[in-house]
Amino acid sequence: MKKHSILFLTMLKIGLFTFGGGYAMIALLENEFVSKKKWIEKEEFLNMVAIAESTPGPIAINAATYIGYKNAGVMGSALCTLGVCIPSFLIIYAISLFLDAFLTLTIVANAFKGIQVCVIYLILSAGIKMLKAIKKNLFNTAIIISTVVCMVLLSLFAIRFSTVFYILISGIAGVAVYLIGKLRKDGEK
Amino acid sequence: MIYLQLFFTFLQIGAFSFGGGYGMISLIREKVLLYGWLTEEELLNMIAVSESTPGPIAVNIATFVGSTQGGIIGSLLAMLGVILPSFIIILIIAALIQNLLKYAGVKAFLGGVRPCVIGLILATAITMFMSTILGMADIKNAMSVDYRGFIILVLLFIAAFALEKIQKKKPSPILMILLSAALGIAFYSI
Repeated sequence: MKKHSILFLTMLKIGLFTFGGGYAMIALLENEFVSKKKWIEKEEFLNMVAIAESTPGPIAINAATYIGYKNAGVMGSALCTLGVCIPSFLIIYAISLFLDAFLTLTIVANAFKGIQVCVIYLILSAGIKMLKAIKKNLFNTAIIISTVVCMVLLSLFAIRFSTVFYILISGIAGVAVYLIGKLRKDGEK
Repeated sequence: MIYLQLFFTFLQIGAFSFGGGYGMISLIREKVLLYGWLTEEELLNMIAVSESTPGPIAVNIATFVGSTQGGIIGSLLAMLGVILPSFIIILIIAALIQNLLKYAGVKAFLGGVRPCVIGLILATAITMFMSTILGMADIKNAMSVDYRGFIILVLLFIAAFALEKIQKKKPSPILMILLSAALGIAFYSI
């Protein structure tokens, strides 16, 4: 029971103090659970990060669920996930009640017009950073270019095509390329 | 039934958005614009608010949209919807299939998803640029360029480049948001 409350309170603290989303949270989690509490081995932690990044959903939630389960089972994972969400839920809920009123002030509205431009800059630079980091081969280049071109053109012509399909088609393309490569290798033997 | 719609829409977002953070924005944007829950400007405001407050962006946006569309119950349902797929998938992996990521088929699938997410992020930035700064969401609209916004964007790139050269690391998102707020007040008040 003590472990449950420690997990919950630690996640609550991490949820309250991580600005900047997933990766910032990973560093805090490592500090708490690997360095300080030693509840998780370094290697397992890295394995957990790989899983949190590769599965759908917010990275912080994935990591919290995993750490909770490993330390205190299903109950632990539920407590960790809720703990990490509660601070942002309460803060955003409070903001949602007065944001509109706040935006009716001219100076605030003007500030937010500038901020909207900044968000476009932030998303673009996040994309460019990932673009620089990914391995440059024919497959990755083809997927990136075709995704960008299709999505921009379709939205320009106001044709609906869900993001979900881009993800599924690209995943299937990955599997297809793998299978073709495997068949070729088997054929050579 | 707004409650069910909120819950199931955010369930879908939780289940199909890869890459976390900005990787989730394209699907969130698609859904909130489709249902008219947020305008493009409101979504951009919310992303900035999420960057400046603690917690995952997806959870923050789910809470905000839930609250504005369906009050406290709406915000709880939307938040639960967006975290439930993560919770279930990670439990299955942690409890049953530890080495899921080591299967060649799963690796190949994720190998396809990874570049796709990058493409989605870049395309989202481009379409947001077209709709807010060029003023044309699609070709039926005539272009009406927001020159002030365009200048602010150029200034932000220059500032980020200069700050990176001076500090030897990228400026934090919050610093860039504060800078853009000041630029917004300066340019749009004229």
